[in-house]
Amino acid sequence: MKLKINKGLNLRLAGALSGYDACHAEPASCAVVPDDFPGFTPKLLVKEGDVVMAGSALMYDKFSPEVCLVSPVSGTIKAVERGERRKILRVVVENDKRHESLTFDTKAPLAELLGKSGFFTMFRRRPYDIVPPSGQRPRDIFVTAMDTAPLAMPLSARLPGDAAATLAGAVRALTSLTDGKIYLCVGGEWSYGDIPGTETVHVSGPHPAGNVGIQIANIAPISKGENVWTLDVVTLYRIGRLLKTGHADFSTLVAVVGSEVAKPGVISTYMGADMPSVLGKFVKDTPCHKRVISGNVLTGTVVSPADGYLRFPYRQVTVIAEGDDVDEFMGWANLSPAKISISRALPFHGLHRFFSPDARLQGGRRAMIMSGEYDKVMPADIMVEYLIKAILGRNIDDMEALGIYEAAPEDFALCEFVDTSKLPIQQIVRDGLDFLRKELE
Amino acid sequence: MKPLRNFLDRIKPTFQPGGRLSAFGSVYEGMESFLYNPRTTSAPACAVHVHDCMDSKRAMIIVVLALMPCFFFGMYNTGYQHWLACGATTFPFFDLMIYGLLAILPRVAVTYIVGLGIEFAVAQMRHEEIQEGFLVTGILIPMICPVETPLWMLAVATAFSVIFVKEVFGGTGYNIFNVALVARAFLFFAYPAHMSGDAVFVASDPIFGFGPEAADGFTCATPLGQIAASIGVPGAVTGINGLAISRWDAFIGLIPGSFGETSLACVIIGAIILLLTGIGSWRIMLSVVAGTLLMGWIANEFAVPTYPASYIKPLDQFLYGGLAFAAVFMATDPVTASRTNTGKFIYGFLIGVVAVLIRTYNNGYPEGAMLAVLLMNALASLIDWVVVRSNISRRKARLKSSCAAKP
Repeated sequence: MKLKINKGLNLRLAGALSGYDACHAEPASCAVVPDDFPGFTPKLLVKEGDVVMAGSALMYDKFSPEVCLVSPVSGTIKAVERGERRKILRVVVENDKRHESLTFDTKAPLAELLGKSGFFTMFRRRPYDIVPPSGQRPRDIFVTAMDTAPLAMPLSARLPGDAAATLAGAVRALTSLTDGKIYLCVGGEWSYGDIPGTETVHVSGPHPAGNVGIQIANIAPISKGENVWTLDVVTLYRIGRLLKTGHADFSTLVAVVGSEVAKPGVISTYMGADMPSVLGKFVKDTPCHKRVISGNVLTGTVVSPADGYLRFPYRQVTVIAEGDDVDEFMGWANLSPAKISISRALPFHGLHRFFSPDARLQGGRRAMIMSGEYDKVMPADIMVEYLIKAILGRNIDDMEALGIYEAAPEDFALCEFVDTSKLPIQQIVRDGLDFLRKELE
Repeated sequence: MKPLRNFLDRIKPTFQPGGRLSAFGSVYEGMESFLYNPRTTSAPACAVHVHDCMDSKRAMIIVVLALMPCFFFGMYNTGYQHWLACGATTFPFFDLMIYGLLAILPRVAVTYIVGLGIEFAVAQMRHEEIQEGFLVTGILIPMICPVETPLWMLAVATAFSVIFVKEVFGGTGYNIFNVALVARAFLFFAYPAHMSGDAVFVASDPIFGFGPEAADGFTCATPLGQIAASIGVPGAVTGINGLAISRWDAFIGLIPGSFGETSLACVIIGAIILLLTGIGSWRIMLSVVAGTLLMGWIANEFAVPTYPASYIKPLDQFLYGGLAFAAVFMATDPVTASRTNTGKFIYGFLIGVVAVLIRTYNNGYPEGAMLAVLLMNALASLIDWVVVRSNISRRKARLKSSCAAKP
């Protein structure tokens, strides 16, 4: 099956990878942040000073106790940081660098194995884009093997050359979770052929072609009452390894990219690694304020370079200029080709090859004024403007009618990027999903 | 530019809450964000970290730029018509321009002072940033009014329009009707004696002692006014000097009319600017033209002496009156137009049709563009509603079929 995405946008940003060769950077500590797993209500299983192995459960879900968040490395619990009303912000594990790993019983039922090993929290369920509640059977499972986000490293480059058999093993196991199909959405660089048990979809086109939400919307859209699980191919590979060896592997490759990175590169580390170990000597030695993003510039989370940690989905760190130390005189009249835009009102942006935008909004927040902007970068049958208005009005009937069940914040990232009115569209969608879930479940 | 930045930083505390001039905080903020890009950066999570450099200030400024050819030509034409009324045979360019400038400047000043004053006050009341929407409105209002409109009327119309059409609905981006057009409609219906008729479209007196003195009691109707007033098949339209107006003159815009609307050539330049920059919707412009031509053709095919305007050839519809100006600058206002792509075609097409309908079959209103756009402003959301329904019903049909597929 082939899928061609026509709308969308590839941002030409400076600081891209030149190769995928990784060097190892051993983290001093790793952290698990429950906020990265929406729908997971954390209950703590450990206390400070406890000794854990890689794969030991740190927290379980209040509503599905067999689903756990686990430690990515072996070591001792350094801190359990809490916020307002004792909300768990993060659990930090000091890495003892011995890499002792818990052995799981691969004969156990798959749901239990996935829950215990922490991999189940890396699944997402649409609607609501949350960790799937246990006891549900999805209509289909979508596995994406693409990452089209700005400056991303392709997902397939993260797999070893002989991954096909392991993937096939994982797929064989996953078929017990659904009565529907397992779709595998692959990009042009996919070199592992068809994985038996999957419906392989060859996707091409600009970002957000790699977003699983866009793939679902174009292959088999979600209607009210249906649910679909999603995961990425790297998690699928890890599940395959777990089934084969009984060990959960939490090592990961992280691309360190962006305009404020001296020499963009790939490091191999562990999920939740501390930022000092990830950033190392990557960051440019310039006096400007910098923004360190765990993730890409469209959907990532800002982390502190000093005491921040890699956040789910653990793939990429982007460093750009913050821009709050820049005075730009009458910037709205500036026609510099270095200003990133898709608008013809900045006619010379086409002359520039790679942009180094900073994090400024580049304008003031306004009501929606220009029309039709979002549709240019939304390759799915969703009327973004009306959906956003329905969400802002908290109109549940309209939200359902306009397709909120198909939506996840990341699919609207480009709409937010191009928006002349600088509306926080992803946050609006996230709030809308949370609101709907609270009202209906 | 460092001294300016330092100056702004120094006076900032005065305008912040607790400062002596805190009542003008919005004004300060408006000026600061006009001079320097705001330093506000993206939220730390669940947000994009880089933004497209296109913002609403840029969009509004481009519209103002696109209006400039019409504005400058309006200055020239105001002088030209005045000289013509005085019986002149030579037309010194700079004198004409200066006369036009003196005629329009007080009007632009009045609309900006009244409109921006209200905007500033409301922004301060709501503790909001000052928005740039009025930049465009403020220049549009004097451009679509006859040049002889008294200043106090402009002030009243601007105030009415900004308060009751924009601010009570929530400000820029929330209005249902085009603010500038409502100001024009307000004048048209509240002071009909001043806003139509024979003399208002041409400046009759010297301004600040500048320009020649016109002969008493000259009259000159706009071409559309002449056609509407004619009995039976209309003859050639004439200028103030009694000579026939050629199509070329009408295209260039050397005809009596509202300040900025007369020149089709300058409107086309404006349209090109808006289309090249992608600020104006080609869908709306194209469909207004299509609607006008179709309805103009139908009216012309069935021309009857009862309706003298039905003798206007379809293409000539754009030469006279404000239809072309409305198609490019009024109908395309994104806030009051239809917002869906399909909706824009329907919206624009109906503007063209209704404008010609009013022109042709309602002798009381020689120009229909203003009423057509206002009428379609009211219907724009309805058109969008229908378009959005089609998306909704597609989704419903899918739900039905997926339910049917289940055992």
